[in-house]
Amino acid sequence: MIFKVFPAEELAALYELLAVNPIVGPVLKGRDKKDNALYDFALTSGFADLALDYGQTMHSAKKFFLPHREDLCTFTLSDHDWDKHVDYGAYQHTVLFGLHPCDINALNKLDKVLMESVYPNPFYGAKRSNMFIVGHSCSPTPSCFCRSMASDSVIRGFDLFLTRLDDSYFAEVNSAKAYHLLEKIKSYHATDRDHKLFRHAVSEKNKKITAQVDTSDLTKILDMEFHADVWQEWGDKCLSCGTCANVCPTCYCYGVEEEVDLDLRHARKEKLLYSCNLVDFAEVAGGHNFRPESHTRLKYRYYHKHRGFVEAYEESLCVGCGRCGNACLADITVPEVIASVRGGDNNGK
Amino acid sequence: MSIQGSLGTFLGVEMAKPKVGFFELSSCEGCQLQLLNNEATLLEFLSLLEVVYFREGMTEKSNDYDIAFVEGSITRDDEIERLKEIRHNAKIVVALGSCACFGGVNQLKNRFHDLEWVKKEVYGDYPISTRKAAPIADFIDIDLEIYGCPVKKEEVERIVSRLVLGKAVTHPQYPVCMECKANENICLFELGEPCLGPVTRAGCDSWCPSNRLGCWGCRGPAPAANFKQLKEIVKRYNIPVERLLDRLECFGGFQNIVTDMRGSGGKGENET
Ligand code: SF4
Ligand code: SF4
Ligand code: SF4
Ligand code: SF4
Ligand code: SF4
Repeated sequence: MIFKVFPAEELAALYELLAVNPIVGPVLKGRDKKDNALYDFALTSGFADLALDYGQTMHSAKKFFLPHREDLCTFTLSDHDWDKHVDYGAYQHTVLFGLHPCDINALNKLDKVLMESVYPNPFYGAKRSNMFIVGHSCSPTPSCFCRSMASDSVIRGFDLFLTRLDDSYFAEVNSAKAYHLLEKIKSYHATDRDHKLFRHAVSEKNKKITAQVDTSDLTKILDMEFHADVWQEWGDKCLSCGTCANVCPTCYCYGVEEEVDLDLRHARKEKLLYSCNLVDFAEVAGGHNFRPESHTRLKYRYYHKHRGFVEAYEESLCVGCGRCGNACLADITVPEVIASVRGGDNNGK
Repeated sequence: MSIQGSLGTFLGVEMAKPKVGFFELSSCEGCQLQLLNNEATLLEFLSLLEVVYFREGMTEKSNDYDIAFVEGSITRDDEIERLKEIRHNAKIVVALGSCACFGGVNQLKNRFHDLEWVKKEVYGDYPISTRKAAPIADFIDIDLEIYGCPVKKEEVERIVSRLVLGKAVTHPQYPVCMECKANENICLFELGEPCLGPVTRAGCDSWCPSNRLGCWGCRGPAPAANFKQLKEIVKRYNIPVERLLDRLECFGGFQNIVTDMRGSGGKGENET
């Protein structure tokens, strides 16, 4: 990796250089009743829109690479024939500016499923390949548990990763494009002093990450605790609302709907992101529902993220961003659910 | 459905053009108005159907129809007879909107035990027949419900094109929160407002929360609604449970839940 440093005030110049493309970044979306700032990713119209000191956004940046609704194909129908149109929805390079390590790791995980698998998803791939990613160091929130999920730092999947030092930025340069970009602003190769400052900044950040999940032997423990009572208890609270999956940067499950337009001359096959917590997620043709009870669905989400995916890819499908727990109106959080399932760890009985 | 007038072809297949009637019982006619609202697709919508009865949109009338869209709830005895006649004439009866599906806003009057008093307050000494407001399914079998107060035009269009093509008509099983999150709204609870989104059937594209208003549950309960937890949420956000009950009561879809929550002897039981 090449490390460079530039003065903090050069960041605006960097933004301007990239601004020939649409730039998506964290913006202030509003304030809650207690006046806490609420952030989300959105298209920015100027450097001033960026709220780079955000803690965590409410939703992930998912809509820019896995939209909630997307046409898989559209049809133009004639009397005895039809034309099929496929549009991957990637018209231009898009810059994602200010992603935290958790969200870049989330993209890397999605890549494994949606680009590197037997049946790659060209809709995702087209958008993902046309992205320029500028990561940014974070100010951890009380619900961030990325360290437990090995997602607090990131080594690939971005072009540039910026860590804020006192009055400068420490830049990890991970693509030729990013390297050439930095040549256009005032920057220099990082010195020993900068390396030290960087490591100090990272350790200071790590101190602020307080939420934890014990992942040791977790796949096995989940196997052992498949029938544990705690699942029922969490299931009783769950609203089966799908909010957790919707805000999650790594949930990619979807449903497909087919509609014919009112003129009977056009039709489309549409994909909509779904959630395993929704009541009909496991309902099959003929009406049988494999997971009719709330707790079986909630459990499934945990088993996919923390067991099935780990067995397939040797890493979890959860990056510990904490969004699902923040958004869940029933206060169901990953650290609490996993801790409750592991509850017997110290009993020895 | 017998083929009455051809719609032309869909992929070379001759299509039926169903005769439909739109009828209103006790309602504001807002649902029917929704149907006329979308000028962009109105002609296409109407060309799918042979409308033989639509008081709000035309003067000719006929009792020969395949599909009857019935808007409104039953609040008078004579409406029951009319409804039964519609059922008799139609092959498919569709309850259109929350009044027809659940009683709608009309059923709020059921909260008063003394309907005679209500009548006098509203109409004075003017003679008028009235009864407890009830959904149409209390009196006839219905084939399909289209939820909403008012119904969402796009959804009616989707359902009608499915009916015409003979495809299964389905409703979202998930609650409004699902659409609300897809629209990336700030959750109303974070703003200190109650919202029935977690327990209400989706399909409106989170119409109210997208306009910064909590959901009032006009589309009735979602299949897996967790009311016990909703009550916990409302308490945790320091919102009086009474405000929750007011909302649950508004459109009639949650009648049984409200009765349960208020405990026995509570107001709001429905006469069937
Ligand atoms: S865990 Fe929470 S957010 Fe997820 S479906 Fe259940 S109630 Fe909704
Ligand atoms: S499961 Fe929750 S904490 Fe984990 S990545 Fe998804 S939203 Fe973040
Ligand atoms: S989860 Fe970790 S990487 Fe993500 S914002 Fe929080 S501290 Fe940063
Ligand atoms: S505003 Fe209402 S519908 Fe939207 S997420 Fe919150 S509770 Fe659900
Ligand atoms: S948000 Fe609720 S009240 Fe508003 S239209 Fe949708 S279901 Fe009806």
